[in-house]
Amino acid sequence: MSEVEKSYSSGIATSIEKAIKDPGIEPHRLRMTDKSEKHAKNAERQVAFMFLISIVGAIIAVWGYLAFPISGGDLSATRNNALWMGLGMSLSLLGIGFGAVHWAKTLMPDNEVTEERHLARSSDENRAAAVEIIKLADGESGFTRRKLIRRTMYGALAFLPIPAVVIFGDLGPVVGDTLKRTMWKAGTRLAKDPTGIPIKASEVTVGSVFHVIPEGLAELDEHKLEEKAKAAVLLVRVNPGELNEDPAKASWSYDGIVAYSKICTHVGCPVALYEQHTHHLLCPCHQSTFDLANHCKVVFGPASRPLPQLPIAVDAEGYLIAQSDFLEPVGPAFWDMRK
Amino acid sequence: MNSEKPLHRRPWAAGLVVFFGLVLSGGGYAAATNVVESEIGSAEQISEGRKLFLANCASCHGTNGEGAIGGPSLIGVGAASVDFQVGTGRMPGQASGPQLYKKPVQFTEEQILSMAAYVASLAPGPALPDPEFLRTDGDVEHGGELFRINCAMCHNAVGAGGALTEGKFAPALEGVTEKHIYEAMVTGPQNMPVFNDANLTPEDKRDIISYLKYVENNPSVGGFELGSIGPVAEGLFVWIFGLGFIIAITVWLGAKAN
Amino acid sequence: MTSQVQEPKTTIGKTANYFDERLGLGGFTKFFARKVFPDHWSFMLGEVAMWSFVVVIITGTWLTFFYQASMAHTYYDGSYAPLKGAEMTIAYATSLDISFDIRGGLIMRQMHHWGALIFVAAVGLHMLRVFFTGAFRKPRELNWVVGFLLFIMAMAAGFTGYSLPDDLLSGNGLRIIDGMIKGIPLIGPAISSGLFGGEFPGTEVIGRLYALHIMIVPAIMIVLIGVHLMMLIIHKHTHYSGPGRTDENVVGYPLMPVYVAKAGGFFFLVFGVIAGIAALFTINPIWNYGPYDPSPVSAGTQPDWYIGWLDGALRLAPSNWDISVLGYVIPMGVMVPLVVSLVFLAAVAVYPFVEKWVTKDDREHHVLDRPRNAPTRTAIGAAGVTFYAVLWAGASTDLIAIFFQMSLNHVLTAMQILLLIGPVIAYWVTKRACLALQRKDREIVLHGRETGRVVRLPHGEYIEVHEPLDKYELWKLVDFKDYAPIMPRPNAKGKITVAARLRSALSKIYFEDRIAPVSKAEYELAHAEHAHEAVTEQKPARKSRAKQITK
Repeated sequence: MSEVEKSYSSGIATSIEKAIKDPGIEPHRLRMTDKSEKHAKNAERQVAFMFLISIVGAIIAVWGYLAFPISGGDLSATRNNALWMGLGMSLSLLGIGFGAVHWAKTLMPDNEVTEERHLARSSDENRAAAVEIIKLADGESGFTRRKLIRRTMYGALAFLPIPAVVIFGDLGPVVGDTLKRTMWKAGTRLAKDPTGIPIKASEVTVGSVFHVIPEGLAELDEHKLEEKAKAAVLLVRVNPGELNEDPAKASWSYDGIVAYSKICTHVGCPVALYEQHTHHLLCPCHQSTFDLANHCKVVFGPASRPLPQLPIAVDAEGYLIAQSDFLEPVGPAFWDMRK
Repeated sequence: MNSEKPLHRRPWAAGLVVFFGLVLSGGGYAAATNVVESEIGSAEQISEGRKLFLANCASCHGTNGEGAIGGPSLIGVGAASVDFQVGTGRMPGQASGPQLYKKPVQFTEEQILSMAAYVASLAPGPALPDPEFLRTDGDVEHGGELFRINCAMCHNAVGAGGALTEGKFAPALEGVTEKHIYEAMVTGPQNMPVFNDANLTPEDKRDIISYLKYVENNPSVGGFELGSIGPVAEGLFVWIFGLGFIIAITVWLGAKAN
Repeated sequence: MTSQVQEPKTTIGKTANYFDERLGLGGFTKFFARKVFPDHWSFMLGEVAMWSFVVVIITGTWLTFFYQASMAHTYYDGSYAPLKGAEMTIAYATSLDISFDIRGGLIMRQMHHWGALIFVAAVGLHMLRVFFTGAFRKPRELNWVVGFLLFIMAMAAGFTGYSLPDDLLSGNGLRIIDGMIKGIPLIGPAISSGLFGGEFPGTEVIGRLYALHIMIVPAIMIVLIGVHLMMLIIHKHTHYSGPGRTDENVVGYPLMPVYVAKAGGFFFLVFGVIAGIAALFTINPIWNYGPYDPSPVSAGTQPDWYIGWLDGALRLAPSNWDISVLGYVIPMGVMVPLVVSLVFLAAVAVYPFVEKWVTKDDREHHVLDRPRNAPTRTAIGAAGVTFYAVLWAGASTDLIAIFFQMSLNHVLTAMQILLLIGPVIAYWVTKRACLALQRKDREIVLHGRETGRVVRLPHGEYIEVHEPLDKYELWKLVDFKDYAPIMPRPNAKGKITVAARLRSALSKIYFEDRIAPVSKAEYELAHAEHAHEAVTEQKPARKSRAKQITK
């Protein structure tokens, strides 16, 4: 162990009696290019060749740009453009890179050089001088002495960022109860996504799945996606015998047709993978699985709440309609969702 | 993925296969409220189909297609269902497992049509698709949108396939014929839901098929597609090949020259 | 400096004189030009990260000329038929235009994205190198923290960029973020509203992510990279143990000319590899995913790899975990993954300080540890890597299930179990492996390397010839310190504090099982024995393999 180490070590390295000695840096080994002018000349040519290749690459890239004009609908032009520009640029870059490194490795000196290190810590004199300067500055400014100034300055600095935070207030509106409401209301017809064509109960055969939006959503000019993000529904008909309904919600379905929110109660992906025979709904993002035949309770995956059910009925013309909005918030949980 | 790999045998799988067998091929279609009228083949075709049925299918599906221990009732599943299941080699089923795989087809086109005609003669069900709706020159934009809304969640945005629960999966759609895509939509094979004509009109189905064929016939403009399965393949590629190649360069760079 | 000793004659000389008289670059050059950098491939990993960052900046700047971060609606009218006429945002439409209709657009987009993936991967590998070699020890703890912040910023830069095309895949990713944010008690819904400018998805978020992606995050990163490199210069680079390499020197090549050529050339190599990959392989084919719409989703919806571990954490949460406190819902299926991820990151950030506290090691370290010579640290690292890897693999449970024809549910359950026991197994196995390797090193030092050459001695005995190491190789195997656990000692008041006990316990975990380096006495003893045999048997070094070194 060297002297320097010992002077800073309050550590726990056990010192070894008579450790093996550091033999010092290995002797330098000459390369072929150091030994023979012929090899050096060869290496020089190789480096120059790589630089020339690089020029060729640049030319290929420009050719690729010009040679394939993109004309509407022809995807092969786009492909060729990207391919030849990419390969050309790659070649031109690799040529320079390989050339430079080869140059460094073969022709530049490869003797290893040693440089001293110094402790990061300043020398004692410098430290003392620094402390003196700080003290002097403190005395001159009265920073420590003048408590009133110091404390009011702290106060001012503490208050200063507050406007900087407040000014972001209008990033978004104050959250009202919009998270708890959707576009569905009593009498809204269930319509096909994306066309908005209303659905008749008779069209929903056993084993079918319809991706549903409220009628009128497709025609919205504003907030269409925001409404769709909450109102998307999955409509399925199950053999009534296989449907195990909560008695309190028995009137929410129609002849085996049930409508559930499509928005996962975990973090909000569309839960759209419906298995016709197991009646399981799988979320492709985190694999939460809901049993549609058992009021969409969670049977697997990280979700906790069943998918909310949309109460439905049939109107005079045979179209499926909502009895009301969802009776609980759809989508991922938030802290005051039950308030 | 290779759809012809043999299935793993699992002890519990036998129970599953019975279950899936029972509900296979949209048995529930019988209860459908708007059944598509089946075209009934000639009497000769039906009797030929019945013979093939008795020899190859009856042990599981019953001598009159009424269903038995091994397989569901075929009453009302229609010609489309037979053409899909037998035409893609899924039927006759062999191995047990959570789901039937595509296999080499066991019958000639003619034999398949005979069996389809026989099954169609048992009760009305979805008929073979009209070639008019199997064309691939439909509206690919509309087809793409419908595909994303109705199909992509299981089959992936470009039909590369995806996982379902308990070992089931939605197969990749590349290389599947137009007819079989159409038949799958109308019959809902295995756990796939049914997309009847009220949900997706025949024109809609044609557009979806057109979209799938467009994607299949136009390779990615960006180059090799890495399976079209998204960021996971890209991440693996970057770690193994991208960084692997760069590290090889660093090793060369750090090595002393001779 | 007004008096000129001599007037420069050449053009270069005159130019240099012009700048030096105005900027004093001479001193700067003198200070930097012969700075020494040690050479080792693993020291290039940080450089891979830096250069790929430069590539991403260059390509990204080009993309800003064509991309518009607007969520206003438009109808696509470009070359890609399956989207022609589709309603979409301008952000998505311009991303498609860059991909199909602007020459060079696709290659730049693909270079930008591949470069970003390589960037984050290189940052991760660089961190692992620093961790496993103990390069974070004094005086570099602060630089570890700066590097850690860069890692966080790299993920932030990646995620904000991933969302910009506003396609279906990234839109669903944003929705997941929204769902997670909403789940945070008390402030969640307000933060969500602030991010999206109202309800998800709104019309604001892409523009805001764009500001973050092209200004705020890169600006922070550039500052951090500057600090990172400045500290590198202050500390000088570490080097691996080897003959002549000590804590008081740095052995390597000078910046000018060797390192300028090597590192400069390396920039072009990294750039060239990224360009080559981008020319040949599709990345993020946004045209496949379609415009964002809250109703559809594609199978295999995953984030880019560096966010995968967070997605995996979300997948691995058990079912039905939410709790309700006084009617307020705390979604544990979101909060537990979030908290676990943050704790993991915090553990990474503070590790150097923890190790320093436990070991009470206050010396400067410039010679790196071989991972085997710090078995407990290496084992902790292996446990951490395993934990991360399981979360990461957890994000592709669906693809694993398909690829290996397994049940998705089984894969997920297996991952949950692995997440808990995997790190423990990794810790134990790694620690044992390190100790075994250290024993092997001792054997080699004492008895030489096995040559595979078997010879028959005159009296019929067969022995394998062992070749003694030369002194340089030998040094590499014995140049490490042996640490003993700290005993709890009473403080000034004569009390043994809880902290002292804790430190003692942790120190025991760190150093109880350890292998000491071979001392000179041991070495000489072993070799005297060999020499003796060599004399009597007229054969080269012989040794008894049966001799076991135990701790």
